[in-house]
Amino acid sequence: MKLVIERREISSALLRFSAPIASIGIALFVAGFLLLASGVSPLAAYKEIIIEALGSIYGLSETLVKTTPLIFAGLGVSLAFRMQIWNIGAEGQIYIGAMGATWVALFSGIQNHWLMMTAMFFVAFFCGGLWAGVAGFLRARWQVNEVIVTLLMNYIAILWVDYLIYGPWKDPKGFNFPLTAQFSDTARLAEYFNTRMHSGFFLALFCALVLYLFIERTVWGYEIKVIGSNQKAAQYAGMNTGMAIFFVLFLSGAIAGVAGFSEVAGLQHRLQHGISPGYGYTAIIIAWLAKRSAIGVVIVSFLMGVLLVGGDSLQLLWQLPVAFVYAFQGLILFFLLASDFFIIYRVKLVKGVVHA
Amino acid sequence: MTEFLQIKNIRKTFPGVVALDDVSFTVARAEIHTLLGENGAGKSTLMNVLTGLYHPDRGQISIAGQEVHFTSPRDSLIYGVGMVHQHFMLVPAHSVFENILLALDNVPNLFNRKTYKDKIQKLIDEFDLDLDLNTPVWKLSIGAQQWIELIKLLMRDCQLLILDEPTAVLTPQEAERLFNVLRRLKKQGKSIIFISHKMREVMEISDRVTILKKGRSLETLDRGDFDESRLASLMIGKDKVPQWQKTLQMSDEIVLDIQGLSVRNDRGLSDLDSFDLQLKKGEILGIAGVAGNGQKALAEVLTGLKNTNQGRIMAGEKDITNSNARYSYIAGIAHIPEDRKTIGIAPDMSIDENLIMKSFKSGSFRSWIFQNKKAIRRNAEEKIEQFSIKTGPDGTPVRYLSGGNIQKVIIARELSEHPAVLVALYPTRGLDIGSAGYVHKVIADGADRGMSTILIAEDLDELLKLSDRIAVMFRGKLIGYVNPRKTTREEIGLMMSGETPGDAV
Repeated sequence: MKLVIERREISSALLRFSAPIASIGIALFVAGFLLLASGVSPLAAYKEIIIEALGSIYGLSETLVKTTPLIFAGLGVSLAFRMQIWNIGAEGQIYIGAMGATWVALFSGIQNHWLMMTAMFFVAFFCGGLWAGVAGFLRARWQVNEVIVTLLMNYIAILWVDYLIYGPWKDPKGFNFPLTAQFSDTARLAEYFNTRMHSGFFLALFCALVLYLFIERTVWGYEIKVIGSNQKAAQYAGMNTGMAIFFVLFLSGAIAGVAGFSEVAGLQHRLQHGISPGYGYTAIIIAWLAKRSAIGVVIVSFLMGVLLVGGDSLQLLWQLPVAFVYAFQGLILFFLLASDFFIIYRVKLVKGVVHA
Repeated sequence: MTEFLQIKNIRKTFPGVVALDDVSFTVARAEIHTLLGENGAGKSTLMNVLTGLYHPDRGQISIAGQEVHFTSPRDSLIYGVGMVHQHFMLVPAHSVFENILLALDNVPNLFNRKTYKDKIQKLIDEFDLDLDLNTPVWKLSIGAQQWIELIKLLMRDCQLLILDEPTAVLTPQEAERLFNVLRRLKKQGKSIIFISHKMREVMEISDRVTILKKGRSLETLDRGDFDESRLASLMIGKDKVPQWQKTLQMSDEIVLDIQGLSVRNDRGLSDLDSFDLQLKKGEILGIAGVAGNGQKALAEVLTGLKNTNQGRIMAGEKDITNSNARYSYIAGIAHIPEDRKTIGIAPDMSIDENLIMKSFKSGSFRSWIFQNKKAIRRNAEEKIEQFSIKTGPDGTPVRYLSGGNIQKVIIARELSEHPAVLVALYPTRGLDIGSAGYVHKVIADGADRGMSTILIAEDLDELLKLSDRIAVMFRGKLIGYVNPRKTTREEIGLMMSGETPGDAV
């Protein structure tokens, strides 16, 4: 007997749907061993995560707080994925977006709340967009690999923001901490139920809806799908693929940039070091898990939010390092990529030949 | 006759599809056995089963009387079954010698290299092939590359050689040489499975012919028991080949005038070299030439995928050499691309979406920025009906359609707007007789309406039958025009190898 691997002619819808769920399940199982090795009962830990993240109004609100930037960044990354463009730079785009919004909040002198919000939103949008647009331009014009460019520009963005908050933008009354002055009330998003949850969450849901309509219903969405499915065919049908690549990376970065706006205007109320603890990287996993759908991004972002909040409490309760959460995320992605193999191929047991 | 290969009751299913349903036939030693069947009849699946890529659900394969179960192409090679694929598996930058070494189990070391070289050279001399072992593969013609694939199998001492449409890329002369080699191999006792669509070749070379239809082996005929019409009728069965005839004579009005066009490729070589061509209104202008002599570059320039280095293209009075002018003109050119799956379709998208790829911006398929899904669906229903496209349930990605049906989708899309000019590259490659006849009919009907067609094809019979004029090209140059009613295959063949008509006569 011998194991053989054979390409499936048609991959079943059931398999494609169940693969992400199964990979989360297997990741939970394997992460259990990590927990055991740290002397924590996996069941107790998972129970703690659920209770902590979903068991109270406070927990739920914290989960939504974490979910919000993940949705924005996840939507941005998945939009680019849709066209087979890999935006690994959502993290940097969040920082640049936050920087843009902060600039408006601190230095524009706008007094009207709505005007202020609108201005912060659009400046963050364009900052994130232009930041990713650099990679889009290089890719469209000279075929420069966008993975490398977007990834490396993360470091530039993070260090640039650090420079601002350690230097020119540092709050003079901040006891020398690396942060800017607090925003005035004009520059803050509404908060609800006496928690940290803010209206950025609803903005994120709205964004998901708009993006869904954009992809599935509009002429541009159609163009993006054709280019994603077969760039050469798109070219031959007369589409300007270079322009589309630039545009999609711009939009992808712009949406991630809005995450930066939502974080500073809704949560931190200032720009500070570590404004995003890796949301932009988690967004890659989210986009991959959600496959192609904007709705999927919302659901998966919520799951990741649960994990982040639950992970925090594991730290407090059992002194587990935060690295556990990232290890778990890595495991999910790992098993998801592995499951793609089983969607595309089938493994069969057959009678083997005897050979010398 | 001693049987070398015996295939018995092979069945192979894929989810929802029965690809092979009870196939049986035998191949004797020293026999050239042709497999004939329409596209989708199961030829490729059968060959994949035979070379160990697929595993049959049922049935037996025996080699020299011994039952075998192949689980990979390696296994089949061990039993002496080897295949020359349509797409060669060669490393272009490496020499002929290095490419052949890659195929061997025991890679020679520094000391016995010479022995291998001698052994290969002996094969080359024995079959009278025109190959230099030290030439890098990219410099060789397609025909010569095919020799390499053959030598690879001979070096492994294969007893059964499978050739999948080997003449598709050859000149008539090269094909004739291949046949001579095959006959010599046969004399040495090798078995050969030959797959082809071209009736003339099947008649010329086959000892026996097995006809595959809808996954079944219909019948095996001995030489003498078959002729072209009998084979065709068996293969197609009750399906009718669409009938067509051309009526309109072409006018003298020139719709496209190409003067001194030069195009260089990535390696700096000339794909087109001072190429001239004139296309008249309402004519079908056939382009003959061995694949790789600039046909592709010509089509790419005409359809806007490539820019020119030199020369002029005039559409009537308008100069469209400049790419911007050409882009707007291209909108009116229909294009049936060479490689359907790589540039003709968006494989993951539905037939509805593929059918509007060129016209999605037009008012009929959109309202403001939104797509008009109803109109798009209605358009698809019309085209599916009109071109009798066989498709799965609504929304099925086109990648799951058969080659013939994908071609129909492309043709439906390209011709529905009544273009003035059609550039068709190998439009019937890989199609069964029924679908190919259909494509011919569509092109001929278009000509009747005044559409001018540039038809680039590899099958001379197809060109002779369909064209009003044939232009022969060689190494990026126009060698000359011939009249298909007056010329001979030999004359065209000579021109395809670069001899000007003056020399040929």
